[in-house]
Amino acid sequence: MLSLKSFTATQRRQIGLLTVLLVIAIFEFASFGLNNSHNDPTTFGFTLGNEWVLIHKWVIGSQNGAYLFSLLAVIGAVGGLFLIRGKKSPAAGTAIAGVALMMGFLCWAAAGKFIPLTGMLQGSLLLAVPLVFGSMSGLLCERSGVINIAIEGQLLAGAFASGVVASLTHKTTWGLLVAPLAGALISLLLATFAIKFSVDQVILGFVLNVLVIGLTDFLYKKLLIPYQSTWNSGPSFSHIEIPLLGKLPILGPIFFNQTIIVYLMYLIVSLITYSLFKTKWGLRTRSVGEHPTAADSVGIDVNKLRFRNVLIAGLVSGLGGAYFTIGSVGSFGKEMTAGAGFIALAALIFGKWTPMGAVSAALLFGFADNLQGTLSIIGVSIPSEFMLMIPYVATIIAVSGLVGRVRAPKADGIHYSRGGSH
Amino acid sequence: MKRIVDRILGSALLPALSFILAFIISGFVIAFSDSKVLKLASSPGKFISTALSTVGNAYLALFQGSIYDPNLAHGHGFLQGLYPLSETIVTATPLILTGLAVALAFQSGLFNIGAQGQFIFGAIAASYVGFHFAYTPVLHVLLALLAGVVSAALWGGVVGLLKAKTGAHEVIVTIMMNYIAGFFILWILKTTTFLRHGRIDPIAPEVVPSSHLPHLAGANFRLHAGILIALAAAYFVWWLLNRTTIGFQFRAVGANASAAKTAGISVGYVTVATMALCGALAGLGGAVHVLGSEYALTADIAGNFGFDAITVALLGRAKPLGTVFAALLFGALRTGGRTMQANTTTPLDIVLVIQALIVLFIAAPTLVRFIFRIKNLKTQDAMTSKGWNG
Repeated sequence: MLSLKSFTATQRRQIGLLTVLLVIAIFEFASFGLNNSHNDPTTFGFTLGNEWVLIHKWVIGSQNGAYLFSLLAVIGAVGGLFLIRGKKSPAAGTAIAGVALMMGFLCWAAAGKFIPLTGMLQGSLLLAVPLVFGSMSGLLCERSGVINIAIEGQLLAGAFASGVVASLTHKTTWGLLVAPLAGALISLLLATFAIKFSVDQVILGFVLNVLVIGLTDFLYKKLLIPYQSTWNSGPSFSHIEIPLLGKLPILGPIFFNQTIIVYLMYLIVSLITYSLFKTKWGLRTRSVGEHPTAADSVGIDVNKLRFRNVLIAGLVSGLGGAYFTIGSVGSFGKEMTAGAGFIALAALIFGKWTPMGAVSAALLFGFADNLQGTLSIIGVSIPSEFMLMIPYVATIIAVSGLVGRVRAPKADGIHYSRGGSH
Repeated sequence: MKRIVDRILGSALLPALSFILAFIISGFVIAFSDSKVLKLASSPGKFISTALSTVGNAYLALFQGSIYDPNLAHGHGFLQGLYPLSETIVTATPLILTGLAVALAFQSGLFNIGAQGQFIFGAIAASYVGFHFAYTPVLHVLLALLAGVVSAALWGGVVGLLKAKTGAHEVIVTIMMNYIAGFFILWILKTTTFLRHGRIDPIAPEVVPSSHLPHLAGANFRLHAGILIALAAAYFVWWLLNRTTIGFQFRAVGANASAAKTAGISVGYVTVATMALCGALAGLGGAVHVLGSEYALTADIAGNFGFDAITVALLGRAKPLGTVFAALLFGALRTGGRTMQANTTTPLDIVLVIQALIVLFIAAPTLVRFIFRIKNLKTQDAMTSKGWNG
């Protein structure tokens, strides 16, 4: 019998997580499987449009599905535990267990009904788009040591500016060009007040959100409602199908038949991931976020670099804001970002301040959000409010250190001045 | 005497200048978004005069809607003209309590963004006791208030507990808990216990009259005893911070947590106690709002009270008395803003812009000093929160 003490802290947490998954899997087996008198067929749909078809739909009895997937989840969880024992990463086991649990749940929840699986995943990606942009903005700021609570404001500013400009010019291109600038404008305020006037960054971000919400609400009522036809009836981007890739079964419609904003998102995420860890700029950014004094001592202008990164962050989240207007419906709605900036912040933290982690968390939150919508459409008896709470509860669990330790960049939020930061 | 006057003037100067700057900038926003003004851009003279009158009318309506309206006084006496002021106080009452919930946390070095969620839980519990039970009048209202206070204290205390035990940052946790509380109230208003009989929109049954807070100025005014509770709470917070050991510990931890720890103060205990007390204050706000002026729980019961509380506490510089004045000011802006929206073409939302700008300028005294060329502007105790690792 291996004692828990022989494992590192990380491994112990992984064991904890896998054990929890195992318990849920057994619970699922018992309640959705054994204790389920019905075996109504659950249908999963896999096709959306004109992509190549691998499989149209898949029908499985709800009880059989629950058995199958909860057993798979047990195998995944146990496999993960064995991987840890063999001193390997249990990620594969955790992933299998998690996905299988979700599938088992869907089989049970949608008994006798139809779940458009591909459509659901496509919807999840779309809901995650602003979260990804927002969390990338947060990442750029916080990795260089400036806390960015103003993501919400940046997204909203981007949405407003792109919607209005696209409406006035009748051109989506202009909207797309203006959105990043609007985000950067909020960033300019954030950077100026945080770095030049050393205002507390959390308070500052909060106030900037209020400012943007107030301004956009005001202008919405004053101009966008009364003069809707000129100010708020902008065009929106149409989907562009990437040749060949867009035809791939299942993956094609999810990833490669999207608007230009989604493709820009792929580009930006790759660029940030690469630059942060492989370029001189990335090394410097991480160093001013972790230990600005050391960075300063080797000749890096800490505050200049921070200023620049905060501005770039504004460009990114401003562009993300464009998704709300020209990226989907075209017109602007009052406070239409509806807290996406805060979920993006949560995704950043949940993803432990890494690009890939943040993107995964954003996708997960997008999936939770979309699942809630799908389940309420097919009429499942779980109150949608509790489904909607998932990202927030998950974030609290994450920051409480129950699932792996979360650590912010060391100098995050601390104003830097040479000869003594305070 | 002169020194006291100097002190008051000194500490009021920065807020006053920030206030003026915020109103000037918002004036530009109002003027330059007005279609009537924009059409006159070709003739500068008319342009300026129309702009000035638009902004002037908006601000006049803001004043008449929040302090004194001669039209209401006409034929009904001076007191009736003060009806807007009574409305301002009604709006300011919950705001004082939520503002205190944020201010007290600042004093212990915590940034409580969670007043919104705490307010919601206070309102839910008070409403439940208010409509579900029937007691003798005084006892009933006290029990309803207590229920609000206790449930919100628990809700707030969780944040303190998580911070003390695991180091989870209170800013993140409270932001998340606000959303959870928001969904929770949506859900609970759909349950058979809370949904008013025969209604499908989210509204709870009306609380019974025995749980109402008494009116203070007759049936024509909505002014209720909640303001007295709020003022008493402000005094309590002042007394706690300045006259008790635990209050001293709060401030010690707020000033320097590691020094306080070295001196033998339990930082974890202070964190939990602070957050529970903050929750209690905000929850009292929710309870007072339901029992004093709304009488029924709705999904939107918390309005903006929890979020405005943060700007209120920042403007009041986390001091109890300052918070009271700041809450009255923002209550006036909100109340007057409604009149302004109804009587002029200027939407209420400019009030948010004014609030944000005031706080922004107060947070950056260097900028205000630079704009007005004042050398020694008093800027003591700037409020800070700690970074994610703090």
